Amino acid sequence: MPFIPHTADDTSAMLDAIGVRTIDDLFDEIPAALRVDGLPGVPAGLSEAAITRLMRERAARNVPSICFLGAGAYEHHIPAAVWEIATRGEFYSAYTPYQAEASQGTLQLIYEYQSMLAGLTGLDVSNASLYDGATAFAEACLMAVRSARGARSRRVLVPRYVNPVWRKVARALLAGQNVELVELAASTGRTDLAALGALEGQDFAALCIPYPNFLGGFEPVDELTDWAHARGMLVIAACNPTALALLKPPGEWGTKGADIACGEGQPLGIPLGSGGPYFGFLACRQALVRQMPGRIVGGTVDVEGRPGFTLTLQAREQHIRRSKATSNICTNQGLMVTAATIYLSLLGSEGLRRVAAQCHANTRSLVGALTGLGGISAPFAPYFHEAVLTLPRPVAPVLGKLAAAGILGGYDLSADFPELGHGLLVCATELRTAEDIDAYRRALAGVLGVAVAA
Amino acid sequence: MREPLIFDQGRPGRRAPSQAPGVAAPTDDLPAALIRRTPPPLPEVSELQVVRHFTRLSQLNFSIDTHFYPLGSCTMKYNPRASNKLAMLPGFLDRHPLEPEGHAQGFLECLFELQEMLKAVTGMSGVSLTPMAGAQGEFAGVAMIRAYHVARGDAGRTQIIVPDAAHGTNPATATMCGCDVVEIPTGPDGDVDVDALRKVVGPQTAGIMLTNPSTLGAFERRIAEIAAVVHGAGGLLYYDGANLNAILGRALPAAMGFDVVHINLHKTFSTPHGGGGPGAGIVAVTDRLEPFLPIPIVGRRDGQHDGQHDGQYCWLAEKDRPRSIGRLSGFMGNAGILLRAYVYMRLLGGEGMRRVSGFATLNANYLMKRLAAAGFTPAYPQRRASHEFIITLKDITRETGVTAMDFAKALLDKGFHAPTTYFPLLVPECLLIEPTESEARQDLDGFAQALIDIRDLALRDPAEVKRAPLTTPVRRLDDVRAAKQLDLTWQSRHPARPAGSHNQE
Amino acid sequence: MSDVPRQLQYTKEHEWLRREDDGTVVVGITDHAQHQLGELVYVELPEAGRALKPGDAMAVVESTKAASDVYAPLAGTVTGVNPALASQPELVNTDPYGAGWLVRVRPADGGPAGGLLDASAYAALLDAAH
Repeated sequence: MPFIPHTADDTSAMLDAIGVRTIDDLFDEIPAALRVDGLPGVPAGLSEAAITRLMRERAARNVPSICFLGAGAYEHHIPAAVWEIATRGEFYSAYTPYQAEASQGTLQLIYEYQSMLAGLTGLDVSNASLYDGATAFAEACLMAVRSARGARSRRVLVPRYVNPVWRKVARALLAGQNVELVELAASTGRTDLAALGALEGQDFAALCIPYPNFLGGFEPVDELTDWAHARGMLVIAACNPTALALLKPPGEWGTKGADIACGEGQPLGIPLGSGGPYFGFLACRQALVRQMPGRIVGGTVDVEGRPGFTLTLQAREQHIRRSKATSNICTNQGLMVTAATIYLSLLGSEGLRRVAAQCHANTRSLVGALTGLGGISAPFAPYFHEAVLTLPRPVAPVLGKLAAAGILGGYDLSADFPELGHGLLVCATELRTAEDIDAYRRALAGVLGVAVAA
Repeated sequence: MREPLIFDQGRPGRRAPSQAPGVAAPTDDLPAALIRRTPPPLPEVSELQVVRHFTRLSQLNFSIDTHFYPLGSCTMKYNPRASNKLAMLPGFLDRHPLEPEGHAQGFLECLFELQEMLKAVTGMSGVSLTPMAGAQGEFAGVAMIRAYHVARGDAGRTQIIVPDAAHGTNPATATMCGCDVVEIPTGPDGDVDVDALRKVVGPQTAGIMLTNPSTLGAFERRIAEIAAVVHGAGGLLYYDGANLNAILGRALPAAMGFDVVHINLHKTFSTPHGGGGPGAGIVAVTDRLEPFLPIPIVGRRDGQHDGQHDGQYCWLAEKDRPRSIGRLSGFMGNAGILLRAYVYMRLLGGEGMRRVSGFATLNANYLMKRLAAAGFTPAYPQRRASHEFIITLKDITRETGVTAMDFAKALLDKGFHAPTTYFPLLVPECLLIEPTESEARQDLDGFAQALIDIRDLALRDPAEVKRAPLTTPVRRLDDVRAAKQLDLTWQSRHPARPAGSHNQE
Repeated sequence: MSDVPRQLQYTKEHEWLRREDDGTVVVGITDHAQHQLGELVYVELPEAGRALKPGDAMAVVESTKAASDVYAPLAGTVTGVNPALASQPELVNTDPYGAGWLVRVRPADGGPAGGLLDASAYAALLDAAH
C-alpha cells in the first residue's frame, strides 16, 4: 500500500482498540446515500518505476529550444547549490513557521530574504513574499488604496506598459472591491509626461510605474514620482529584481522615493518551470507596514535573552482579523523564497550587477544583429534586457517557423499593443551566447527570405 | 545552536565567482540618472559559506522528513520524493510558459489528466488548476458564485454564510469578493445549527462556505438538508476542501449538494508545504458554474480531423472562455506543484486514494480512543473522528494553569511537532490533532505517551512544563517585543552604516 | 475584577466616555477590554477632523493575539487623539481611564447619544457575562 505503513496486525489491533470491525465502519456517520465504493474515474496505481518511465517520456516531448522569450519569465543561470539545498527535506516538508521554536531555520531565512529585498528595492521593509508578480501587483494596488488616507480614492493609475497579464489578473482580483485601474496612455515606448496634464483635478490613490516597462524601456521615474506625490498619490514601483542590481532603486526615485515596490521574483533562482511556481515580492516604506498583506518575520529575543525570529504583525492577517484582514492570503511561497535567498547570497551585489549588465549587453547585441534584416527596426531605446522589434510582416507565422527551427523568437505584441504594428518583444539574458544570437539571425533571415553575410 | 546572519559572515570583496559573468559588461548607453549609485546590501560570501549556512538553517527546522507533524487541518503526510524528482525533469523545468503548445504536449497531457482525476474525486464536471493556494481557490469559488448570480440578473445576492467554526480565510475571502459575512453557530454535537441557517437565508444569500468534515473533525451529517435550505433560498454551496483527505473515495462533494469545491493539493495530494508554500488550490464546479472557471484551462482538440491537431492538448483562454472570472496568475498557477500532485495521484490510483481516507481515519480514531482512555477529553466524544479530532485541555488548565500552548511547547522537547492550537476558536484550550495515514501505529503510541507524560508533569510540577521548550534552538520568544520594536531587516539593525559598506567590520 | 469608575459612561462594546468642561468627549476602552486583549502593541487612531457617526470603526487596538475595532459611541468630529500611544501603546493596559485615553470628540448637534450605560449598568453587564 503506497505510503501507508500499517501491517495487517497493526490494523486489526487498532480496529479492536476503537471497537469497530472494519475500516469502512469508521465512515458510518456519512449518510448511506452519500457513500461511494470507489473512484472508477481514477486509473489504477503505478509503481515508482512505471510513473518514472511515463513522466520521462512526457518531459522528453518538450522540444529543447534557444530562448529569446521573456515577457515576464526569464531564463537565467541557476547555481546548482540553490535547488540542492532548497529541496532538503527540512525546508521542503516543513509548514508555515507557526511554532517559532521549531522553525528557526525557515524564519531566519525569511528575515534574510526580507533584508535582501528591502535592500534591492531601496525601501524599508519587505514581506515574506506573495504568489507571483501578477498577484503582488494586485495586492500592491489594494494596499495603496487602503493606505491613501487623504485621497480616499479607489482608483489606481496604471500605465499602458505595465505587463498586460498583470493588469488582467489585478482586474480579476480587485473586481469585488471596487478598485478601478485607470489606464495611462503611452505610445512612444514610455509614458508621455505631456499626457498627465489631462488628469489634473482627478483623484487617484496611487500611480504604478513599471521598471523597466513591459516593452523593456525606462519610464521617466523621477518626474512621475514627484508628479504623483505632489498630488497626494502613492507611488507603486513594479520592477524586475535583476535590473535593481544595476538601476537606481525605487526608494530613491524623485524627491521622496516610491512608497511600494512589487514584482515577479522568478529571475532570482527560480526555473521557468512551465509557468510556476514563482513568487511575488512586495516591499514598502516603514509607515505602510501595517497595510502590507502576507507573512512578515521579525527579530526578537527568547526568555533567556537570546536572539531569535518569529512571525510578527499577525493581527493584520486572516486568522485573527477574519473578514477585516488585509488579505485572505495564508502563506507565502516559502520554498521559492528559500531558493531566491540562496541565489542572492551566491550572486552577491557584484554578481547580480554583472548578470544584469550582461543581459543588457546581450540584448543590445541581439537587437544589433536583427535590425536591418529584411526591414526590421527597433523603434525604442534605451532598454534593459528586452526590446521591441518591428517586423515587416505578421509576427505569429514568423515565430512559428522559428520555433520549428528550435528558436523561441520572442513574444508577439500585436494582440496587446496593435498600435506597434508587427511588434515583437525579444530578450537575451546572460545565458545567450554570440553563437545563439547568430543562430537567431540566420534562422530569421531564412524565414524572411533575405540573405545574410557569413 | 545559533547560526549568524549570512550578512554577518561576509568580507568585502568575497564572492562566488563561478556563478556570474567573469567581466562586467558595459552599460554606458543607459541614462546616468538611472544607474544605481550604491550597491544593494547583499552578503559577500563564498559558495561554501552559502552552502554551509543554509544547510545549518535547514537543521533548525522541524519537518515531516524529520519529525511526526500532526498539525490539524494541514494534512502533513509524507511527501514522496518521486513527485519532486519527476516534476523537476528538465523537459518540464526548463520550459518557458509562453512556448508554443506544440512544444508542450507532454506537460499539457499531465495537466489534462489531472483535471480529469480531480473531476472524479469531487464528482464535479469542470476543473481549473490555476489557483495558487487554498485562499486563491476560495477566492475563485466565491467570485464564480458572485458571477453566476450577476449573470442571472440577481446581483443583490451579496451575503456569504460561514459557520463560526470556519477557518479565518473563509470570511476574509468573502470580503475580498465584495460580499458581507453572516456567521451561524454550531450545535453542541458539532454539526451546523440548521435552524439558525434557515433564519439567515433569503434573497440576499449568495451562498454558504462549508468544510466537510468540519474543522471540528466531524462529518456534517445534515449536509443534504443544509443544501436543500441554501438552494431553496437561491444560494449556492461552496466546499472548502481543507479536509478532503478524510473522505477521499468515500463521498463526493458534488453528491452532497455542493456547487463548487477547492482542493488543497498540498494537503490531500501531498505536494510539499515548503515552509509555507507554494501550494495549489484547484477549483472544481458543477455545470452551472462551469462557464465562470478561471483561465487558462487545458483542453483537448477532439474530432478535428485535420490530421494535424486531432487529440492535441491546448490552452483554453479568453477567447474560448468569455464568461470566465479571469486570470489569477501570470501564467499557469503553480505548474510544478500540479505535476507533483499528478505523480502522487498516479502512484496511488483510485484504490490507493480510498486507502488514504481509510487509514487517515483509522489513525485519528485510534489516537483519539487512546487519549480518551488515558483521561484526556475529546471535544466531541460522542462523534466519530474524521481524519482529525480535537482534545480540550480546559480542565487541566483550570487545575494546573498549564495551557494548550504549554503542551505544544513541551511536545517539541519530546521530538514531536505540536498539533494546531487554539483553532477552531470555539473550543477552549484545544489541540486539533491530524496524524495522517502515513504514520505508523508505533508513532501514534509514542505521541500519546508524550502527551500523557506532559500531563503527569503538569499535575506534579506545572512550572516545569511552562519552561518548555528547553531543547530547541531558541526558547519561547517575546512576541510583544517583536511587534512593538519592529526588527524586520538586517539593515534596520545597522542604521549608521552607509549602504554598500555593510560588511566592513 | 475589572475597575469601573463611577463618573464615566460606557457602551456595550466596552468603550468609556468622559464629558469635559469644554464640551468635548474623551473616549477610551475599559479595563475589562484591555484585559481581554492582552498587552497592546499598536493603536491606530483617526486623523483629527474626521466626522464620525455612531458605530463607525474609528480606531483599532492590537495585541499580538487579537485586533479589535473601537467604535464611535456618538456622532461628532475628532478634535484630537492621544499622541503618547504611538510609542507607548501599553498605556492603554496600565492606565486605561487616564493616560491610555484614545480619542477626543466634539459631539455633533442634536443632543446626547442614546444607549450609553452608567457605571452600575456596565458592571452588571460584565457580571452577567461571567
